[in-house]
Amino acid sequence: MNPTDPTESQQPITSVPSLAQTSAERKKTTTSSPALARIRRHTPGSSKVPDTFFRGIIALAAFSVFVIVVLIVYELIDKSRMSLHQFGIRFFYGKDWDPVNGDFGALPFVYGTVVSSVLALILAVPLSVGVAVFLTEMCPVALRAIISFLVELLAAIPSVIYGLWGIFVLCPLLRVYVQPPLAKYFGWTHLFSGPQFGLGMLAAGIVLAIMVVPIVASITREVLSAVPQNQREAALALGATRWEMIRVAVLRNARIGILGAVILGLGRALGETMAVTMVIGNRPEIAKSLFAPGYTMASVIANEFSEATGDLYLSALVEIGLALFIVTLIVNALARLLVWSITGGTARVNA
Amino acid sequence: MPDPGKSRSSKLSAWRKLANVGATLFAVTSAVLVLVPLLAIFIYLLIKGVGAINWAFLTQTPKPVGEPGGGMANAMVGSGLILLIASTIGIPTGIGCGIFLAEYGRNRFGDFVRFTADVLNGVPSIVIGIVAYSLVVLRQKHFSAYSGGLALGIMMVPTVARATEEMLLMVPNSIREAALGLGIPKWRTTLSITLRTASAGVITGCMLAFARVAGETAPLLFTAFGNQYWNLNPNQPTAALPLQVFVYAISPFDEWHRQAWAGALILIVMIVVAVAAVRIVTSRGMLKGAS
Repeated sequence: MNPTDPTESQQPITSVPSLAQTSAERKKTTTSSPALARIRRHTPGSSKVPDTFFRGIIALAAFSVFVIVVLIVYELIDKSRMSLHQFGIRFFYGKDWDPVNGDFGALPFVYGTVVSSVLALILAVPLSVGVAVFLTEMCPVALRAIISFLVELLAAIPSVIYGLWGIFVLCPLLRVYVQPPLAKYFGWTHLFSGPQFGLGMLAAGIVLAIMVVPIVASITREVLSAVPQNQREAALALGATRWEMIRVAVLRNARIGILGAVILGLGRALGETMAVTMVIGNRPEIAKSLFAPGYTMASVIANEFSEATGDLYLSALVEIGLALFIVTLIVNALARLLVWSITGGTARVNA
Repeated sequence: MPDPGKSRSSKLSAWRKLANVGATLFAVTSAVLVLVPLLAIFIYLLIKGVGAINWAFLTQTPKPVGEPGGGMANAMVGSGLILLIASTIGIPTGIGCGIFLAEYGRNRFGDFVRFTADVLNGVPSIVIGIVAYSLVVLRQKHFSAYSGGLALGIMMVPTVARATEEMLLMVPNSIREAALGLGIPKWRTTLSITLRTASAGVITGCMLAFARVAGETAPLLFTAFGNQYWNLNPNQPTAALPLQVFVYAISPFDEWHRQAWAGALILIVMIVVAVAAVRIVTSRGMLKGAS
C-alpha cells in the first residue's frame, strides 16, 4: 500500500488495484479504517478464490455459446450421415423427392427457398430503405418514435400469425384482385400464368417480404444514423437538395452497411418456416410461374420431419437442415462483418 | 445576386426539385406501405379473434372434430410450462454470457463469443428444433416439453446475452470503481452493483427474448409435438399455443379456423404487452438506445 497517504480516507482510492482483490468482509469496515487495515493484513487476496470461481462460471456460460454451435454442427452431420453417404452431391441437384421409393433430391426445395427469398428481397429492400431514409432524414421527431415502434412491432409478430393472416386474408385477396390482372398483362413472361390458387410462391414471397422489412429497415436505420452529421451538412452547404444530400452523403456512405442489412434480411428469409409453410402450397415441383405452389427447405422439414418413416428419409431431412444451417451461417457471418464495418468501429470506440 | 447565375440555377433546379419531391414521396409511401400489413393483421386479429374468445375457449381442452366448443386452455398452460423450462435454461446462461462479454470480454475471445452469439441468433429455428429432437427426443424415444423447452432456451441465449452486455456497458465505470474502492470483491461488485444497476434493462432484454420465443412454432413441431389433453408432466408431449394455432389454421374446419384466430389474438396480446413494456422502460432516460 501507499505509506505516504496523508489521510486514511484517501487510502481506498489510491490503492484501487490491490483492493480489488481483497475479501468480501472488507465492506463491513468502511466505517472504521483501522479495522480495514487489519483485515487487509490478515486476509491478503482472499477474494481471489471466489473471484476466480465467479469468473470461471460466467466464462462457462460464455463458452456454452460455442458448445451450442458445435453441438448443432455435430448433431446435424451425425444424423444426416446416411443420406450424405448415399447421395453425395447428387442430393442437391436431384429433382425427385420420393420417400416411398427412397429417392431423395433436394433441388425443388432449394429452388423454392431461393426464389421465395429473392422475391421477398425484391419487394422488401426498396421499401425498407425508403422507411429508413424517411425515419432518419425526413420524419418529424414526434412521429419517429411511433413509426419505429410500429416497425419493431412488425418484427415481434410470430410467424404463425403471419401465416394465419396469409391463408385467410392475403391469399383470397391475391386470388381475386392481384393474380387476374397480373396474368392478363404480364402472362407472356410465364412468371404469372397458370391456375390462380392464391396459395403459392407469390404469396410466400409477399409474406416473407412483410417479415423481412422490419429487420432490413431497422439495421439500415442504424447504419444511416452512423453517417456523420457533418457529411450531410457539407452536402447541403454545397447547395444539394435534400434528396441529393441523401444520395451523395448518406446512402453512398452507408452502402456497405445497407448491403449487410439486406444480407441479414436474406438470412431471415431463407430460414423462415411457419409462415411460408402455411402459404406456399407445399408441392415439391419446380415451376416457372410464381402462381404455382412450391416448397422450401424449411417447410419440408416442418411438414415431414415428425412423420418421416425410415432412417434414410429422416437422414435426408436432416441433411436439408444441415444445408440450411450452413447457408444461413455464411449469410449471417457475411452480414455481421459488413454491418460491423460501418457501425462496429464507432460502437467499439465508445464502449 | 447577379441575375445570370440565378436563372441558371433555377433552370437546373426544375429537374432537381422533381427528383427531390419524388424521393420524398417514395420514402413517405414506403413508410405507409410498411404499416398497412401491420394494421391489416391487427384489425383482422381483433375482428376474427374477439368473437371467438369466450369462457369455454379459455378453460376447456380441444373438442374432437365436428363438435362445436372446446378451447385452448391446455395449450396456454402447456406454453407456460415450455416457456418456463426455456427460461430456466436460457436466461441464466444468457445473463452469464452477457456478464462475461461486458466485464471480461474486451478481448479477442470476447469478440469471438460475440460473433458466435450473433451467428447463433441467425440460425433458423427449425434447425434448432432438429438439434433438440436428436439430443432429447431421439434418446428418450418420446416427445416432451423438456425438448421443446431446450430448443426455445437455446434460442433465448444469444438475445439475452447481447441485451445484458449492452445494459452492463451502460453502467458508468465510476460505479464499479466506487464499489471496488470500498473493498468489495469483483464478483460481488458485478452481481450486486453493476448487474443491479442495469437490472431494469436486463429484465427487459429477457422479456424481449421471452416474447420472441413465445410465438415460435417451428422448433416445437417435433419436440413438444402438441397434445389434445391436459398435461402437466414435462416429460410428456405437451400442447403449445402457437402450435395449436398452426394446426387449427391449416385444418379444413371453420370452427377450428375461428379458434385459430382467437389463439393468435391471445398470443399477440401477450407479445405486444411485453414489447410495449420494454419500450416504456427503455425510453425512460437511463436505458435509452437499448432497443
